[in-house]
This record gives sequence, structure tokens and C-alpha cells, in this order.
Amino acid sequence: MAKPMHPTPMLDELEKGPWPSFVSGLKRLAKEKDYAVDILGHLEHSYKTRRGYWKGGTVSVFGYGGGIIPRFTEIKDDKGKPLFPDAAEFHTLRVMPPPGMHYDTGTLRKFCDIWERHGSGLIAFHGQSGDIMFQGATSENVQKAFDEINEMGFDLGGAGPAVRTSMSCVGHARCEQSCYDEARAHRAVINTFLDDIHRPALPYKFKFKFSGCGNDCMNSIQRADMAVIGTWRDNIQTDEALAKKWFAKHGMNELVNDVVARCPTKAIQVKAIKDLRKDAHLSSVALDASQALEIDNKDCVRCVHCINVMTGALAPGKDRGASILVGGKRTLKIGDLMGTMVIPFMKLDTDEDREKLVELAQRAIDFFAENALEHERTGEMIERIGLVNFLEGVGIDVDANMIATPRTNPYVRIDDWEGEVAKGEARKKAAA
Amino acid sequence: MAQAAAKPRKAVECGVPDVQQFLHPLMIKNYGTWKYHDRPRPGVLHHVARSGDELWTVKCGTQRQMDVGTVRKLCDIADRYGEGYMRFTIRSNVEISVADGARVAPLIKVLEDSGFPVGGTGNSVSMIAHTQGWLHCDIPGTDASGVVKALMDELYEEFKREEMPNRVHMSTSCCEINCGGQADLAIIIQHTKPPTINHDLVGNVCERPAVVARCPVAAIRPAMINGKPSLEVDEKKCICCGACYPPCPPMQINDPEFSKFAVWVGGKNSNARGRPTFMKMVTANLPNNPPRWPEVAAVVKNILYTYKADARPWERLSDWVERIGWPRFFEKTGLPFTKYLIDDWRGARANLNASAHVRF
Repeated sequence: MAKPMHPTPMLDELEKGPWPSFVSGLKRLAKEKDYAVDILGHLEHSYKTRRGYWKGGTVSVFGYGGGIIPRFTEIKDDKGKPLFPDAAEFHTLRVMPPPGMHYDTGTLRKFCDIWERHGSGLIAFHGQSGDIMFQGATSENVQKAFDEINEMGFDLGGAGPAVRTSMSCVGHARCEQSCYDEARAHRAVINTFLDDIHRPALPYKFKFKFSGCGNDCMNSIQRADMAVIGTWRDNIQTDEALAKKWFAKHGMNELVNDVVARCPTKAIQVKAIKDLRKDAHLSSVALDASQALEIDNKDCVRCVHCINVMTGALAPGKDRGASILVGGKRTLKIGDLMGTMVIPFMKLDTDEDREKLVELAQRAIDFFAENALEHERTGEMIERIGLVNFLEGVGIDVDANMIATPRTNPYVRIDDWEGEVAKGEARKKAAA
Repeated sequence: MAQAAAKPRKAVECGVPDVQQFLHPLMIKNYGTWKYHDRPRPGVLHHVARSGDELWTVKCGTQRQMDVGTVRKLCDIADRYGEGYMRFTIRSNVEISVADGARVAPLIKVLEDSGFPVGGTGNSVSMIAHTQGWLHCDIPGTDASGVVKALMDELYEEFKREEMPNRVHMSTSCCEINCGGQADLAIIIQHTKPPTINHDLVGNVCERPAVVARCPVAAIRPAMINGKPSLEVDEKKCICCGACYPPCPPMQINDPEFSKFAVWVGGKNSNARGRPTFMKMVTANLPNNPPRWPEVAAVVKNILYTYKADARPWERLSDWVERIGWPRFFEKTGLPFTKYLIDDWRGARANLNASAHVRF
């Protein structure tokens, strides 16, 4: 039995209503733990005064420099004594999740047992970077909790100017649109940079995220310094039985309005079966006895909208891999940036393929470490130095897929125009 | 024992674990060879593999910040009514997959009876991407868990149904750093007054050149105040972004009254149809009013239901506005269009109408 509860009239309001309530959860913990009693008091104080009262500090586990988010209370009396003494320290352990955030119940139960013993009993699945956040431990208990979590085969994630914890989508495990083995790529990359995760020494954070198709369920394009987004090079696959089933259910109006008209590059047409063209870059599928869809894959940008609507009837091609985009980030300080395309396509089928991705990541991080200013993200660095300097530094050839349009101003020196033309010709020849 | 305490255990730097050990057997068997899926009802996904295997997944909402009792309850359900496996989505929903389709209905019932709403699939309003707030963050302007709870209570039915034109992703953020990220509809703290500086502390707590460098508009400069080294802010230049506050907590940017809420719309991470888009600020100056933030909820519901009534199938919020145009967005929602919504940050010209296109 824990000590008596503080009055929490404002938080009590958040026990009402149908959505699951974190306040009710904290109150369950507070029946047994003085820690949770004081956390509730601390939070109610924030609600009353509309201010936050946690201050950072330095807490870590033996051998690591990051991965713990230290929090010390600032709600104190005149003599500097905490008003909520049992919650005076409320540190979080960031723990890297399995790719795709899949668990068996045995693992989750073990987490619960460990966190009941050493922490507040509050766990967030998951933080915005993807970490399992074990929220609320004293400085003394951080190491004990980590030791037991680590014995289970889990490791701390990143914090501060470090390579950060990553996320990958459900992917190969349960999605037909998955274009590469996200979980393997995720692990191959992140487990290469454990030193950069556990011992923060970069100019600022560096995030990887892994999405299996253009739907980008991991939001990688706007959250990751390096986004790995699945795509394919060959033709969209079709399945006549599923296409006919879809058409029988949805009809011509939905086909035209929701599929054909919404193709961003007008690559899809409805045609009479007799008018279908035959060419290596066309996909087509019959919808009934007379009508068919025809897709010109040369015009398709792999946006995946039509596949989302007609799942199974249409599917990504067989020659699958990923695009790599760099420089995504959120607001501070120059404004939000989307990642931009630097590798239109790379295969990720084999360990050798994944090794190439790891090498690229290594070069990007090395360049970032040497060239970014303090507290500057990769996207901001690229904005400052120009994409071409980044590409040359990292060793990536230019490609017209990297731009939305060529430059719209004449302010450029073209000293080695002929040399660059020759390089382009050589690349074309090598690719042929 | 004393010796053991003196020499801490060395971490095993194992990194990310192999996911195979956590996968449902049908996911291992059909790994990378799924063929298609459909949705028999809201909250349920039905995946079919090329092998012919079928897997049903029931999705439910959670409060994200879970006590161990809640996690154990979900595990009990996954063990008794599921097949011992579950995963979390990026929006903290839980997905329990089963090979036996007969388990779906009892699984839905027990989840709902236990207080976990089943939904969040397809064209629903999914759970709000959720930050830390007053519960744990060191720089929050507001709470996160409470805002999310209050809003999801209001949007509960939209989570459980698939009645929106397309999926709706939402986020909240407790400061302008925007940890919640891009979303169809986002609620973000907007500071409206320059920081209040505690000059007694700056000299000892802050690395002053780093704070000066952090300011996006060069409004901060070193100064001697009352004989102590401190910092001063050119309040005319200050854009109240709060960037100086994390490296220098004595520059208090949060204010119970002047830290307000802004609402943003039209962010999209997906490449489906048009390119990914950033969200745009459509209103601000809403009060930070715990515990239920009714003023914010009213604006959110107004935008959502205007979109729901007016957008065509498959239009995300950004697609809808692209079709109807911003003037009609403001007309239909009744939100005021003011000079503060005209961008003047770097790259602003790209956000102006450089054409003679006008909708009448």
C-alpha cells in the first residue's frame, strides 16, 4: 500500500470519456507505489500552474554516454526541498525496439516485471523516435533496470548529438507492398553505428528510418536524415481475378474517379481490351469481358496510390529495392525540411546489397561529422553547402531524379562543363 | 557483494534485436510473400499470402503512456484470445494477429469490454502522434497525454469508423520544435511573447555563445546585466520560437497565459498521389486550457467535419485543400484569415500565389 494520494481534481477530469486514460493507469500504479503518488501530484501541479517542472542533468549507465533522459524536479519549497520527494528523480530509459515493433507477450511481461521492480511502472510504446520509453526511475535504479533489460537482449537507444534509434514499418512480416526486407536493413545499418548511438559525439542528431514503400508509414521523408523508402524498377504486377473482383464491387465510376483520375502522372488509362497496346513497359489487366486498365510504367512515379486502392489487383513489380533520401528534419531552426532523393534505386536483397547501404550510411555520417556545424542537421548542412558538395563529399553521382526542376537562375560557374558532360557519357556507357 | 557493487556490469552492446523471434509463425512462414489485404470491418485487417495462408489482425487504441497493468492486460488478451503476439503501430495502436479467423469476433469483444477501442484502420481518424509534455519533457509548453486523451475522447467514434474521405493522421507538439511531426491536422504550442530572462542564472547555467548562435533571427546578444554576464533579447526581432530555451533554461519561453495553441493542416508523409507536403498554419492564439482544452477541440472538430462533409473519396486533407483552394478553406471552416498566415520566413515566395489563378 502506498501513501495517500494528493488531490488531483484536474487530472481526474481525464479519467472521464471513452478513450483509455493514462491518468487511470497512473492511479493504478499509485495504489502500490509512493513514486506514482508523487508523479500524479507533480503533474497536477503542472496542470494547475500551466508550466513544466523537469530539468535535465547527467545520468547514464556504465560505459555509455547516452540513452538515459535525466529528469530532476524543480518543484521545491523555500529551503530547496522537493515538494514531491518520491518523484524528485524521474529518468527515462530509451530502449531500441525490434524492427516493426513486433513482440511476443513473454517479452512484454518481462519488461513489465523489470519496470515494476526498478521503475515507476509507466512504459510508453513508443516515443516519436521509436524507443520503448521506460519512464520514471531514480538515479540509483537506472543501472539496475538497464542491466536486466540488457540481459534480455535489448539495448539503449540514442539521445543528444548521436545516431538515434530507428524505426521500420511492419514490412515483410505482414505487408504486400513491402519492397525490401526492412527489418534486415534496419538492423544492418543501426547495429553498425552502436558506438555513435551510445557515445554522442556528432554535431547533432542523425536519424535513419526504413519504410517499405512510398506510403512511408514511418514518416521517414520528414523525420530521417537518411530515409530508406522501398520502390521497384520494373512493371506494376497485375492479378486478373482480383482486378475483376474489385471492378465488380466498385464499378466504373470509382475506377475513373478514384484510380485513373488520381494518378499523379496520368500513367493509367481505361481501355477496351481490344485496344490494349503491347510493349515491354506496359502493364495491363482485364476488369470484365470488355474493359481493361493499362499502365505505362515509364510514366509511373511509384506513388503507390493505385495499389493502395486496388490492393492485390495491382502490386509493386518484382525488381524491388529502395530509394535513399537525405536531409529530412523538423522545425528548428531553418524550418521543416523534406528529405531529398540522392539514390533513386538500390537493390537490398542480399547481405552484399545491404553492405553497400551500410557503406553509404557510413560515408554520410563521416561527412556530417566533419562538415556540419554544431547543432546543425544534415538537411541544414546541405542547404548551406549545396547538394552537389554533399554528393561529391559522399561519392554519389548526380542524377536527374534528384531535382524537381533544373536551376531557375543563371548564377553558376560552369568551368568544367565539358568534363562533366564526359563523366555523364561515361556513366551512361557503364550502365548500358 | 561489495566487490560486485564496486565494479558495475559491462553493457552488452547488442543493438537492435532480430525481429524473427517476436513474429507470429505465419509472419515467419510468409515473410516477404504477402499478396493482398482487405478490411472486413473497421479495426480488422485480413492479409492473404501467396501461399494461401490468411492472417487476421485486430487493431485497437491505447493511451501510449501505459502502466504495467495495462500492458499485462493486453498480454493476457493476446494470450487468451489471440495467439501470443502483438505489435505496436507508429501511433501507439496495438495490433493482435491471429491465424484463426474464428478468433476475431471474441478478440474484438474482449478488447472493447476491456476499454480498448477497436478501429484506427483505413479511412479513420487514427490515434494522435504523441509527445511527452508536462509528464516528462524539460521544455514543454503544455501536456501531451492530456491533450491527446481529451481530443481522442471527442474523436472516439471517428477512430472506430472508417467514414473519413481518406485516413486522417494527427499530431500534437508541446513546443515549436514539433516532435509530433507532420500530420493532416496538428496542434502545436505557439509562443507569443519573448523569453523572460532570469539574469541571476544565465552566467552560470548557459554557454552564452552557443545560445547566441542558436537564435534563428540573431536577436540574442551577450550583455552585462546588474554586473553579471547574461544575455539580452532584441524583443522587436524575436520570433518567440523558443530555440534559446533548451540550451539556456533561464530564458523561460513558456508562459501560462502567453503560450498558445496553433492548428496546422495538410501535412502528408505519403507519396501517394502528390508529393509529400508540409502542413500549414491555419489558426493560432487558442488558449492552453487544461485539463480538456475545449477551444482547441472545437477548432479541430470544425476542420475535420468540414473536410469530412466536403472532400471526395481518397482526398487527404491536403488533396482536398488543393482542389478547393485556401480561400474556400477559410470560408468553409469560418476560420479567420489574417496577415499572420502569410509566410515571411525563408523560402516564403514559394508559398505565395505567383499566378493569376483565382477561384470565384
